[in-house]
Amino acid sequence: MTSVTPEAPQLDGPAEKPAVGGPRRSPADELKGHLQAYTARVRGGDMGSLPAALGLVVLCAVFGTLRPAFLTAGNFANLFTQGAVITTIAMGLIFVLLLGEIDLSAGFASGVAGAVLAVTLTKHGWPLPVALAATIVTGVVIGLVLGTLVARVGIPSFVVTLGGFLAFQGVVLIIIGQGGNIPITNETVLAIQNNNLSPALGWVLFALVAAGYAATRVLVARSRRRKGLDTEPLVVSAVKVAGVVAITAAAVAVLNEERSRNVMVVSLKGVPIVVPVIVVLLALGTFVLGYTRYGLHIYAVGGNAEAARRAGIKVARIRTSVFVICSTMAAVAGIFAASRANSVDPNAGGSNTLLYAVGAAVIGGTSLFGGRGRIVDAVVGGAVVAVIDNGMGLLGYSSGVKFVVTGLVLVVAAGVDALSRRRAAASGA
Amino acid sequence: MTEPILSLRQVNKSFGPAHVLKDVDFNAYPGEVMALVGDNGAGKSTLTKCIGGIHPIDSGSYEFDGRPVRVHEPRDASALGIEIVYQDLALCDNLDIVQNMFLGREERSGMVLDRASMEERALQTLAGLSVRTVTSVRQRVASLSGGQRQTVAIARAVLWNSKVVILDEPTAALGVAQTKQVLDLVRRLADAGLAVILISHNMNDVLSVADRISALYLGRMAAEVRRADIDHTRIVELITTGRSGDLGLAPEQTGETGDPDATPAAGGSDPAGEADAIRPGDAIGPVVEPAGPAETPTATDTDDEVPA
Repeated sequence: MTSVTPEAPQLDGPAEKPAVGGPRRSPADELKGHLQAYTARVRGGDMGSLPAALGLVVLCAVFGTLRPAFLTAGNFANLFTQGAVITTIAMGLIFVLLLGEIDLSAGFASGVAGAVLAVTLTKHGWPLPVALAATIVTGVVIGLVLGTLVARVGIPSFVVTLGGFLAFQGVVLIIIGQGGNIPITNETVLAIQNNNLSPALGWVLFALVAAGYAATRVLVARSRRRKGLDTEPLVVSAVKVAGVVAITAAAVAVLNEERSRNVMVVSLKGVPIVVPVIVVLLALGTFVLGYTRYGLHIYAVGGNAEAARRAGIKVARIRTSVFVICSTMAAVAGIFAASRANSVDPNAGGSNTLLYAVGAAVIGGTSLFGGRGRIVDAVVGGAVVAVIDNGMGLLGYSSGVKFVVTGLVLVVAAGVDALSRRRAAASGA
Repeated sequence: MTEPILSLRQVNKSFGPAHVLKDVDFNAYPGEVMALVGDNGAGKSTLTKCIGGIHPIDSGSYEFDGRPVRVHEPRDASALGIEIVYQDLALCDNLDIVQNMFLGREERSGMVLDRASMEERALQTLAGLSVRTVTSVRQRVASLSGGQRQTVAIARAVLWNSKVVILDEPTAALGVAQTKQVLDLVRRLADAGLAVILISHNMNDVLSVADRISALYLGRMAAEVRRADIDHTRIVELITTGRSGDLGLAPEQTGETGDPDATPAAGGSDPAGEADAIRPGDAIGPVVEPAGPAETPTATDTDDEVPA
């Protein structure tokens, strides 16, 4: 703020025309300008998911070369089911991280929710919708308690959720019992992580998603053009849409291949059911954060809480709500985890779950300092974490080595975040 | 003669034992820049906060557009069309210019933010202020210079058809070129018909852009004068001693006489008669205190930031 950047050339004389808006430029100029703006943003430290996406490509190339089994359709499907839980928790965590807060209890919150699901379904024989509702309500209540303690009482979120981390671990233990294990037998719950869409249904859903994505972009661009506002160059939009559609199509095609080792016994093909569920969560989260007033206010509070307060935003309410979202997403992840493990044990949501989820969010490009991040970061970061975990497992490394490597990647990602923040501060002052 | 759009009469404000504003009269006129000057602790910030409704006044009258109004909280002030641009700007670095300008008052169509409409209005507002230093309203505020940030903060204040804009030290952190930018913008705001209140310690800024100057001295309004009727030396005198020649406070009000008990005056009971004698444009003589005991300001320099 104290720097003196001379901007004298723009100063004098009456304005003939406002520089903002400006005349229509040729498409080539527009494209050039757009690319320049993008490069400037990246150089200024606003890299988003770019490092994670590049890292993902490199990791896949390395693991694929060292261990061809990594690149099989079967393993590709594994990645989705392995990554689903941490990706879902990471999606919820991003809301909390956007405020510069942290939820260390999200892992065990998912464990508590999973335990509630298992007990209500298996022990008490509740109907599935009621059991699922109870699971989700568990998440909401946990979030309300944490959020209230942080936002209204004013305890630092680190402490509140560290307490939650321990307490929820105890709750899971109490519900399940020491050394216990409650099996999940409900077909529908098991199907989420164990069954696949039929190949045809996979393509139908793909078509719907692709059309929806393209239509949204076209509609937004049209309404902007009608008002004479700057729009993304058509080429850039087309490339983005085509890229997303092509990658998705390739993924669906691979997942629709036969993955069973013995087709005579069982046929295994199609998109795992959890994938469209994650896509729906991704779309929902992106909509809330990017297109609603509530989402904008989350960014505002994360960027400058005092400014948000002066603008009339109810800061405490926003702060409480993000913890509710985080714990609720954790509860959803608890359902996925129970489905994948076919049971819930006392260590559900424990071990590396939480750190992998935080890692996924940060690796994906969400800032630990608040104010910067998108829901898609959870998916990209979750993919990186799942690939490291899966690929190193295939290479025969022990859990110890996997933890060390994932820990290092997390620290590197947080380092990139801290450095890019410094850079942004330096270039922005 | 222009009638003031905002007019405070005999305003008093105390924080516990600290009597910060004493029978202060203050006016702001449409189409003019009113500079509010005074040394640290003279009560500038408190006066602004009273105008903005952050601190309700203890006694005195608050008139807006010729009607008496009650301003008890910031919302009341915004409803009247009074906007304050704080020194620390209150912008969110991680949001872009449009998002900052509409923060808290976003336009929506259905559930969805109406980004295109907001961007259009932001562009119109900036164009209306002849702002040419901002290349794109989709830039994040983090990437803006100090002058550009100030521009965004000011543009946000005028976006809502406001009638009075209060700028708290808008040039304090700026270099020479950027200061000129912002002062030009201040001038254009007034030319567009707004009443601008400019708080500044920088006499060059004040003299170059103000139409009138109000000088506070230890919680009292020493003088309200036209820019044309005063020079640098006399303003500094008003700020530092409360008087300058035939302008300013009477000697007994500037703390030179020794009445130690500074009791708050019951300003509300004071008929506006005498105080109204201060008319814009008149050379203002010593302010004659109407009836009542002559009070002395508290000897200690009451700080502006007395806790609310």
